[in-house]
Amino acid sequence: MIHLSTTQIFLMIFIPGLITQILRALPFVVFGRRAISPMIRTLGAPLPFAIMAVLVVYCLKSIPTGSLKENLELLAAVLLVAGLHLTKKNTVLSISVGTVFYMVLVHIV
Amino acid sequence: MCEFRYAWKRALPILLTYFFLAAGFGIMLQQAGLGAGWAAFASIFIYSGAFQYVVVSFLTAGTSLVTVALTALIMDSRQFFYGFSFLEDFRKGGWKYPYLVWSLTDETYALLTSLVIPAELNRPTVEFWVQLLSQLSWVLGSVFGAAMGAAIPFDFEGIDFLMTALFVTIVIDQWKRSANHFPALLGFGSSIVFLLLVGAANFMLPTLVFTTVILTVSSRREAKEAIDDPS
Repeated sequence: MIHLSTTQIFLMIFIPGLITQILRALPFVVFGRRAISPMIRTLGAPLPFAIMAVLVVYCLKSIPTGSLKENLELLAAVLLVAGLHLTKKNTVLSISVGTVFYMVLVHIV
Repeated sequence: MCEFRYAWKRALPILLTYFFLAAGFGIMLQQAGLGAGWAAFASIFIYSGAFQYVVVSFLTAGTSLVTVALTALIMDSRQFFYGFSFLEDFRKGGWKYPYLVWSLTDETYALLTSLVIPAELNRPTVEFWVQLLSQLSWVLGSVFGAAMGAAIPFDFEGIDFLMTALFVTIVIDQWKRSANHFPALLGFGSSIVFLLLVGAANFMLPTLVFTTVILTVSSRREAKEAIDDPS
């Protein structure tokens, strides 16, 4: 249970929210008004490909410290999602089947 | 309304993912003693999935505001890098511009950068609907979770795999669509190296800074070669 005043609770949501929104706004505040330099423009194109790869690793960041069982469950589910997506090419199907499979592994095995 | 229909269909994987992920957040918040109002406030104002989960544990532990602020800064530093892909797009959005900046998340960034939006559709309008629907689903999910709380007879452990699965499908789509795999390989390589070097809590910021610097240098060289060799 939470033992904080309403003001404290408010601040603990408001302050990180403010920081997150400043981080989101910063590129637009810095570069948003002037003409965009060719360097920034060429950077915008390859960046998504790199960031998505980073985000996949971010989701799997528990692996170096995880147990063998946890890691095998995670890898099995990731392989299932990848396999489904490569063969069926249906995002909703890959995601939902993969997640149900993972949750079954986590809860039952 | 063509933009709305296009956006709705493309955003569906995010809408499903967000609803359940946010419901998990709402349930955690309710179990900690806070209701639907707080859930809605956090989901509208912070709107950052992973961090909202952390906020619940901070609230329960009574963590100091300085720690909360620093964690937000480190965990959400990745948000800073997303804007660069939409500097020109969002500006064309008119009154939608502030909201487009406000509601750009991991998942909407991923989806929007992988969409090949037909030329007859207005880009900022498509982006606006994708982001608004996504946040609506996130807010509704968290309110639902907080209102139902323990009444939902279900253990949500493992539901966060939705996010992993979504990202895996996007990386596969991007990989097939792109001829140049260097950025993706750079992303994988540098994040794995930094994860092993500095650990799960701290690897995102160095990874993103390193990746951005390398991509800047290499795209600069490409731009220069293109000028030197106009063939």
